[in-house]
Amino acid sequence: MTKLLILIVVVLGILAVAQLARVYELTSKLRGKREEDITPADNRMNAMLMWLFPFAYFGFFLWLVLAYGDKMLPVAASTQGADTDALLDFNWWILISVFIITNALLFFYAGKYVYDKNRKAFWQPHNNKLELAWTIAPAIVLFVIIIYGLTTWQHITAPAGPDAVHVELYAKQFDWTARYPGQDGMLGATDYRLINGENPLGIVTEKALAARLAEIEKEKAEAMASLDQVLPESKVAEIEHRIEYLDRMAARLVNLRMVMEQDIKTNGDASAYLHGADDVVTKDFHLPVNKESNILIRSRDIIHSAFIPHLRIQMNAVPGMTTSMKVVPTITTDSMRTIPEVMRQVEEINALRQKQGKEAYVFDFILLCNKICGASHYNMQMPLIVTSAAEFDAWVAEANKKPFEGSAEAAAPTTTDSTNTSAGADSMAVAMANGQPTNP
Amino acid sequence: MGAHAHAADAGHAAGHHAHHHHEESFISKWVFSQDHKMIGKQFLVTAIVMAWVAVIMSLIFRLQLAWPNEGFAFTNFFLGDKWAPGGVLDSNMYLALVTIHGTIMVFFVLTGGLSGTFANLLIPLQVGARDMASGFINMLSYWFFFLSSVVMLASLFVEGGPASAGWTIYPPLSALPKAIPGSGTGMTLWLVSMTLFIASSLMGGLNYVVTILNLRTKGMKMTRLPLTIWALFLTAVLGILSFPVLLSAALLLLLDRTIGTSFYLSDIHLAGEALEQTGGSPILFQHLFWFLGHPEVYIVLLPALGITSEIISTNARKPIFGYRAMIGSILAIGFLSFIVWGHHMFVTGMNPFLGSVFVATTLLIAIPSAVKVFNYITTLWRGNIVFTPGMLFSIGLVATFIAGGLTGIILADSALDIAVHDTYFVVAHFHIVMGMSAIFGMFAGIYHWFPKMYGKMMNTKLGYAHFWITFICAFGVFFPMHFIGLAGAPRRYYNYTEFPMFDSVVDLNIVVTIFAIVGALAQVIFTYNFFYSVFRGPKAVQNPWKSNTLEWTTPVEHIHGNWPGPIPTVHRWPYDYSKPGKQEDWVSQITPLDHDEEEH
Repeated sequence: MTKLLILIVVVLGILAVAQLARVYELTSKLRGKREEDITPADNRMNAMLMWLFPFAYFGFFLWLVLAYGDKMLPVAASTQGADTDALLDFNWWILISVFIITNALLFFYAGKYVYDKNRKAFWQPHNNKLELAWTIAPAIVLFVIIIYGLTTWQHITAPAGPDAVHVELYAKQFDWTARYPGQDGMLGATDYRLINGENPLGIVTEKALAARLAEIEKEKAEAMASLDQVLPESKVAEIEHRIEYLDRMAARLVNLRMVMEQDIKTNGDASAYLHGADDVVTKDFHLPVNKESNILIRSRDIIHSAFIPHLRIQMNAVPGMTTSMKVVPTITTDSMRTIPEVMRQVEEINALRQKQGKEAYVFDFILLCNKICGASHYNMQMPLIVTSAAEFDAWVAEANKKPFEGSAEAAAPTTTDSTNTSAGADSMAVAMANGQPTNP
Repeated sequence: MGAHAHAADAGHAAGHHAHHHHEESFISKWVFSQDHKMIGKQFLVTAIVMAWVAVIMSLIFRLQLAWPNEGFAFTNFFLGDKWAPGGVLDSNMYLALVTIHGTIMVFFVLTGGLSGTFANLLIPLQVGARDMASGFINMLSYWFFFLSSVVMLASLFVEGGPASAGWTIYPPLSALPKAIPGSGTGMTLWLVSMTLFIASSLMGGLNYVVTILNLRTKGMKMTRLPLTIWALFLTAVLGILSFPVLLSAALLLLLDRTIGTSFYLSDIHLAGEALEQTGGSPILFQHLFWFLGHPEVYIVLLPALGITSEIISTNARKPIFGYRAMIGSILAIGFLSFIVWGHHMFVTGMNPFLGSVFVATTLLIAIPSAVKVFNYITTLWRGNIVFTPGMLFSIGLVATFIAGGLTGIILADSALDIAVHDTYFVVAHFHIVMGMSAIFGMFAGIYHWFPKMYGKMMNTKLGYAHFWITFICAFGVFFPMHFIGLAGAPRRYYNYTEFPMFDSVVDLNIVVTIFAIVGALAQVIFTYNFFYSVFRGPKAVQNPWKSNTLEWTTPVEHIHGNWPGPIPTVHRWPYDYSKPGKQEDWVSQITPLDHDEEEH
């Protein structure tokens, strides 16, 4: 019924326009006007609109700046964010000047030099000096922009220092998991074939390897057993396929064990294969303030992107490789909540939320996914808690009590969905996130 | 392919149908036509249909963004209960819609539609040729395009929905149906459709290049070519060099999807299962994709800039300022477009030094772009401007090119890109600089060359209404998106309700959606005007805009071979408008130079 109504409205609308156009056409025919003759009145009207348009255009721009300028991201809470913002401001000054000048000239000339049959346009096919000038001028400006930009870029992308805190962010559809290196200060090696319920990041240890191999053996045995029954041919083929797959998987894990043993023999204690057991796998993401952190990023399934807007940092999570970004947060979560600009924004947001009957919002740094990754892409997030170095150390010490291997609690599978965790040393490592791994 | 033989023979086209090698049947005239003018029109009409599909898709997801999770009869009307139960858009379908909207707009409307229409219509007419070098390949080019469109539309109806991994179809998302349902049959059809499209584009492109280089009439030196032809020439060259790379990327993806190769896949654990592929790199796909993808931006943009150059000069009654600088800019943009693709990949973990190189090359493109803008503005300066609808859209293009070009400088600066990468800021940027500019160029071209295409005139008043509403809505839609993006809001989010931090800016989405609806309604005016005028528009005269170029020396009624007599000889460049010492404010390219007259 609604569909019919919609159709009728559409058809009627089109008919109305058609009739109007018809009337217009008949009257112009009566006046002997040809369609390609643009009348002086039409020219004047368009010229006038050309002059009026920039007012609307710049006015809209101004309104957006005034009404929404203070709702943009507040002060950057990292050193590189401050650099980025300074560079951005510098660019804005240049761009907005060029924007206003060129648009003003465009619309001013368009409106001013409207057609007059008694006049001829100025004959000016080229002017080499002028053209040279406005090739060189942008070249100089761009040179400055490039140099300034690349200086900042080098700063941002320089390798992290030796004292940096290491933390790994692990992405999968549709959540994040963090991994801290534990007491030995080193992240253990990972392999995606080891991923299972107990080992969401696929950390490689002798024990994990044995457990995964046993799991595969068990599944294989079950599959073999099921072949003893009478089954349709397609089902049999499917099971046989599965068994072959399991055999290949097992073979690769045996191979991995050899690689691991070789690596340990060669590198001794420095081998990444020896450092996985004490890693902390957690749904809590903490960083210390005013200290450099090196964030390693990996993905279990498809490409995700780790984006923390308030710190102005972003890096893709790419399956099969480890990417990284470093950051020095300069404001703790708690301090952020007391910054007037942030408080004002939060108040404003809460006024809106109250009207909509939603729960109140408390400021948090948010890690969000910024690369299309599927149905729940729009809700793949994790709060980041930035604390003082002392609080961070305390939190780490607490978290280290629940390493990946060696503590009873660690083995309890949990699927926590951490959305609005607030800061505090009490939120501790939950060993069961989701994740995968590969990286010495 | 023997069909091109007629092009060489000036005499034969003078005759009537009796002189042709065959009587034109309905099929050979309207369906499998080898006449470039008809093929151009076929491209155009197909593109208009595809554009409407993409516009309706955008309205559906704009409704969802403005009023998240509310039911709309409109949404339900088009998507039915499966994808929009109660009129609430499904989140997988949301991603499918943004994917197909982008694909159709970029490839089918702004590449196939824009180049296909105007390269076909204008190249033979403006260089003075009887037809394309190969009419047969040209016909195939259209029918591959048609087939490709049909396959793309068919993919909308398969189980699991159409491709949903974004128009850039990054694997592994696009490779694994378990990651997103659209990566099943929908994705396969997407790849098939693109393969057909690329074949079409290559056949068209080769034809355009050969025709421009070999079939110019006597006196038509390269430096006397209209800027439209220069732009279409470079566009064709870019397409020929870059589309095959996309084809290889697509084929490798097809192999990964079907026979278990691992070009793009490595170490993936999905749906509780470890995949066996190792050693591939998803980043490889991005390199291949953007090696096409960035030139593609200029494949879309250059024809629009060429069309605008021609129309602004004609209607300002003034030579285009800096003709040679304009050609130089086109060449510079074309060259640079091949060494900037990495600026799409600053946050993929690419080596930072490589990133620096891409920053520098990308920002260099701003120089020729700036030159073009300054030259347009100078052409208007002290001109004698006639505001035809085509002229309005051309001026509109300059405005969108400025607005969108400038934000490109932010995105090209890798350090800044980190903060706005993949946010709405990017969406705003490329819609203004590439989407709006190119579509404005296309509208300008349609209004300007409609009399040449159909021998009829479009209604001017409706053209004005169409322009001003579209122009205002274009900024109304895309300007606020910069602000949403600067607040950190990512693109391709089904809704923002899960992030209270965006609560205070997302109401801008309502503003955007309202402008989008009004803007879409303005396209009804255009579509009506177009089809009405095709059938019932007033008859056109031979040269309605008093233009200098060759196409306006052909008769209004289309004939095979374009000119009834011999092809005219060209004596001057196309921009002798308001030349001192001339009675009229225009001088056709076929008018010989006076004794003492300098060329320009």
